[in-house]
Amino acid sequence: MTQPILELKDVKKSFGSNHVLRGVNIDVSPGQSLVILGGSGSGKSVMLKNALGLMTPDSGKIFFDGDDVTHEQGKEREAMRARMGMLFQSGALFDSLPVWENVAFRLLNAEKMKRAEAKERAIDTLKKVRLGASIADLYPAELSGGMQKRVALARAIITKPELIFFDEPTTGLDPITADAINDLIIEQVKALGAASISITHDMASARKIADEIAMLFEGEIIWRGPADIIDNSGNDYVDQFVHGRAEGPIQPAI
Amino acid sequence: MSDASTSKSGGIPNPLAWIGRAALSLFAEVGRLGIYAGQVIGAALTPPWNLAQLWKQMIAIGFYSLPVVGLSAVFIGAALALNIYTGGNRFGAEQFVPNIVVLGITRELGATITGLMLAGRVTAGIAAEIGAMKVTEQIDALKTLSANPFRYLYAPRFLAACLTLPMLVLVADIIGVMGGWLVSVFALDFDSTTYIRNTMDFLTMDDVLVGLIKAVVFGAVIAIMGCYQGSKSKAGATGVGRAATLSMVGAAVLVLAANYMMSTLFVNIGL
Repeated sequence: MTQPILELKDVKKSFGSNHVLRGVNIDVSPGQSLVILGGSGSGKSVMLKNALGLMTPDSGKIFFDGDDVTHEQGKEREAMRARMGMLFQSGALFDSLPVWENVAFRLLNAEKMKRAEAKERAIDTLKKVRLGASIADLYPAELSGGMQKRVALARAIITKPELIFFDEPTTGLDPITADAINDLIIEQVKALGAASISITHDMASARKIADEIAMLFEGEIIWRGPADIIDNSGNDYVDQFVHGRAEGPIQPAI
Repeated sequence: MSDASTSKSGGIPNPLAWIGRAALSLFAEVGRLGIYAGQVIGAALTPPWNLAQLWKQMIAIGFYSLPVVGLSAVFIGAALALNIYTGGNRFGAEQFVPNIVVLGITRELGATITGLMLAGRVTAGIAAEIGAMKVTEQIDALKTLSANPFRYLYAPRFLAACLTLPMLVLVADIIGVMGGWLVSVFALDFDSTTYIRNTMDFLTMDDVLVGLIKAVVFGAVIAIMGCYQGSKSKAGATGVGRAATLSMVGAAVLVLAANYMMSTLFVNIGL
């Protein structure tokens, strides 16, 4: 078996008496697309933030490309982040910067690239997500939700990362735009040969972009398997989630 | 830790426990703010500096505060002159108006008024902006793109405030003294030439310096309070609004407290 690009081993994280992650074990191999399903409050976002190093786990270990990065800071952390991309749920574009500076942010700031060259790279990358050069000088607030997601995708892929995280990439989009974003994600992740971890509760999106699907419930991974057997998982929790039923072992979070 | 103290007395809060809890959380907050301030100052005083962001913030914090600082100063100077005239009149000391106006403005009111006005305009603005960035995950996005928020966001605001506040105070000094002159000459029948000569004779470099040193400290307070409250803002419109309010109130109180402490210090060392 090849060495996983990212591996979480028994990761636990609590906020006061709220045990959000109760021992998460998950790994993703290079080039693999893993989708993690989970309802509201299942700990998806916290898991992602731990994997990205935005939070430090209370216990457990995180390995990136074989190295223990659980407590890494400074240069080592930056070296890891340079090989990762992240698409935030809300896009998280910087309001104060025009679109192209958002896309080229890492090139301009961390890599000190010349502005003209960085802009050229940004416009090339925008083309990959089907956005024209004409929007490069607009500000994020002037774009529609779908366009913002595409700009955020361009920002995540511009440095050709080996691992890309997608936090609910289709949330808040209409079904047609959502499908277009799914297509772009598949196309761009394939083109880079990158691994991807997507967290979502959108089944249409999960079916489309996943090689493998895992389910996070109450802070633990309770099921994992190939995407094509998701309808016959043999797991009541997964079954309830996949079919979106209010009745079953999972209590609706209302 | 909080439940035990209330449940023993059957739901009625124990006042001692309440005071203890409030004191503990105050100390914890002061500690957190102190650590945060240390990190901001550390990032501000060591290279690399983000000069593009620094310039942007100097314009936002300094240049765009000119109207509010100028207007506040002219009114404060005018009111000061009027009060000193009325007070001095009672024992025939109204000729000291220009001297006391220039002393009061340069040592005290120019800096304090600028600090208070910017605690409103700038601190709340910074807190709201950083708070909105926090709740829309933009601060997390910065980190994932290898930009340190302390270097990219907080240090430029801190430096810009510390550098532009003295300039604004200098402007406030000049306009404040002018406010006093306006009232004295046009309402109180002072002779313009004598008033200006008395002002210039009484003005010392030390008095101006006192105001400028205060301004640097106020700048630090204003920027740090805004960044601190913004960066721990809770989600939603209420969270960001609360961060803006807390930062503004905190900065205003700290500006006045720091002003008193520095005034005491300067008087004691004879500056």
